[in-house]
Amino acid sequence: MITTIIVNAIRMGTIFLFGCLGEILTEKAGHLNLGIPGIMCIGATGGGFAVKLYAGNVTEVNGLVLVILSILGTMLFAGLAGLIYSFLTVTMNANQNVTGLTMTTFGVGFMKFFAKRIYDQKLYVSVSGYFKNLFGFEKSSNAFAQIFLSHGVLVYLSILTAILLTLFLKKSRFGLYLRSIGESPATADAAGINVTKYKYVFIILGSAISGLGGLYYVMDRSAGTQFAEAAIDSFGWMAVALVIASLWKPIFAVFGSIVFGGLSIMDAQLKTLSLSDQKLFALLPYLITVIVLIVVSMLKLKDNQPPSYLGQTYFREDR
Amino acid sequence: MTDIKKKSHEPLFHVSKNDAAPVSKSITIRIIAIAVALVIIGILSFVLIKENPIEIFKALFTGAFIDVGTLIQNTSLLLMFGLAVVPAFKMKYWNMGANGQVLVGCLASIACMKFIPAANPEIDNNIVILCMLAAGIAASVIWAIIPALFKAFFNTNETLFTLMMNYIAVAVVNYFVFVWDKSGSGTLKTVNFSFGSPTFRKGWLFPDSDKYIITLVVAVVMTLFTAIYMRYSKHGFEVCVVGESVNTAKYVGINVKKVIVRTLVLSGIFCGIIGFLYASCLSHTVNADVGGKGFTAILVAWLAGFDPLVMVITSFFVVFINTGAENVSNVFHLNSNDYANIVVGIIFFCIIGCEFFIRYKVHFNGKKLKSAAKEAE
Repeated sequence: MITTIIVNAIRMGTIFLFGCLGEILTEKAGHLNLGIPGIMCIGATGGGFAVKLYAGNVTEVNGLVLVILSILGTMLFAGLAGLIYSFLTVTMNANQNVTGLTMTTFGVGFMKFFAKRIYDQKLYVSVSGYFKNLFGFEKSSNAFAQIFLSHGVLVYLSILTAILLTLFLKKSRFGLYLRSIGESPATADAAGINVTKYKYVFIILGSAISGLGGLYYVMDRSAGTQFAEAAIDSFGWMAVALVIASLWKPIFAVFGSIVFGGLSIMDAQLKTLSLSDQKLFALLPYLITVIVLIVVSMLKLKDNQPPSYLGQTYFREDR
Repeated sequence: MTDIKKKSHEPLFHVSKNDAAPVSKSITIRIIAIAVALVIIGILSFVLIKENPIEIFKALFTGAFIDVGTLIQNTSLLLMFGLAVVPAFKMKYWNMGANGQVLVGCLASIACMKFIPAANPEIDNNIVILCMLAAGIAASVIWAIIPALFKAFFNTNETLFTLMMNYIAVAVVNYFVFVWDKSGSGTLKTVNFSFGSPTFRKGWLFPDSDKYIITLVVAVVMTLFTAIYMRYSKHGFEVCVVGESVNTAKYVGINVKKVIVRTLVLSGIFCGIIGFLYASCLSHTVNADVGGKGFTAILVAWLAGFDPLVMVITSFFVVFINTGAENVSNVFHLNSNDYANIVVGIIFFCIIGCEFFIRYKVHFNGKKLKSAAKEAE
């Protein structure tokens, strides 16, 4: 029972984790991208295209090629969405909230429009096996194997991404440059860092990572059964919340995603509760997020604050 | 000549702020942006749904006027949402939580509507309506000032806080819907409604007359109030100063904390009124989808440069585009609003992008370089 809950929490949480990791990278560059829900949808569409184009056209599907192609397709589409967002907010100095929310509207429509046209349930379900059960322990009765070794390739990829991001942000020079841009772009600019270039690169990369959450949901979590009607945008908002709850730290996000994942599957597990009480579980992730946000701002801990230039447009000639 | 070129590592162009662009120029730029958007939509439509672009544009531009009543109502509602957030925006307080604030206002109004007549069947309808209004405003104000208090005293990030408050509101509404609706269907039936007995409709504002008019009237009053409040009152002036520079505000003796909380109380009152309108005359029920214009309202307010009077035009424009795009879906039997969302997204991207050319000036450096080179010769 508990093993099942943990396994499902990890799998559900992976959707949030991808979205969250991408958004962390974007927010570290000082940009609050509220288009993440839409970008996850666009990413799922790109992955869906790749699956359809490859698996639909070859007789013998190679699992590795399929997974790599769909990841590339996802990152390409989500990255292009990130490019639109960064062009509007970095070069054109548009308001980040307005641009992001428009991106969400656009992305949701984009996915539903194309998903209806390319979706082929038989094909998607038949190849979804390549995304699941990387080490072959899915049916194992051993709790350890169930929790750690039974997942699909994207689950492990998300955790690997979190570790790499932590190393990048904490240990590398470029990570330091990126963080300094989020804290004070004018200072970074004066220090000779190419603010515009960094913002573009990391907003696009962040968007590409977020998009993988959409691919993961379509191909692994729903096993190819849901595409056009998938509520990926609502998962996207959860991912935005997770960024705050994990204090902009990728490693915390891994654990936070499991907690959020657990809370969002909990209503189905607690059948003894009344329907209304089950609905209250949907409130908990957001309540936790708000409490974290409040506590962090009250304690004024330097390490755990949002990037101080978050959401503001940097224009060099402003003072 | 060559060494001058070497010395001047100037970029191709540079950008400066342009605070006072003439109205004619800003209108021209926006028209060009819409034209660009239409070209993109035309090409996309031709490729994706294989329809004649001219027919698409016809559907897009006539869609809003098929049902003028709904057009007025939607414009008024969107305008009200915009007015609820705009004083805070002027203060650079990014209130993303209008959706949640309206939702809890509607929930509180519905609670009054449901339980006051049930407990006391003989009660006068006006008292029910007043209670609903008061409860709606109270709930929305509470929802709005929680993030404001934390912003004022602890500098908590209000964008993220108010965003989260939306989803908490949705969960709270879902909870109460399941508590009140014992069938477990998750939808609350229209409150105090039964066929053929209008007297039973307690809490319904003007149960028989046209509901478009009431939204229009409230929107006009709100617009005038906000415009006067922002332009001629001391409060409005203080809001502008805090928005321009918190340090200036502190220096001239403005109590910044008080201004933040006071402005958000005003936002809450507006949202409460909107929530009350949904409860008493628009939906007569509550669910997670009631309202839902808070995000679009941000676009409306921003496009208008946070001017309440200009927002009348921008909210009309946004509704015009939205209903037009929905009409495209209907006319070409696309069966859902997916394509409409794509069209709306493209138009708004272009509009958002073109704001740059209104707010900033681009100076090309090529000419200067050449003239400098000539002088050197």
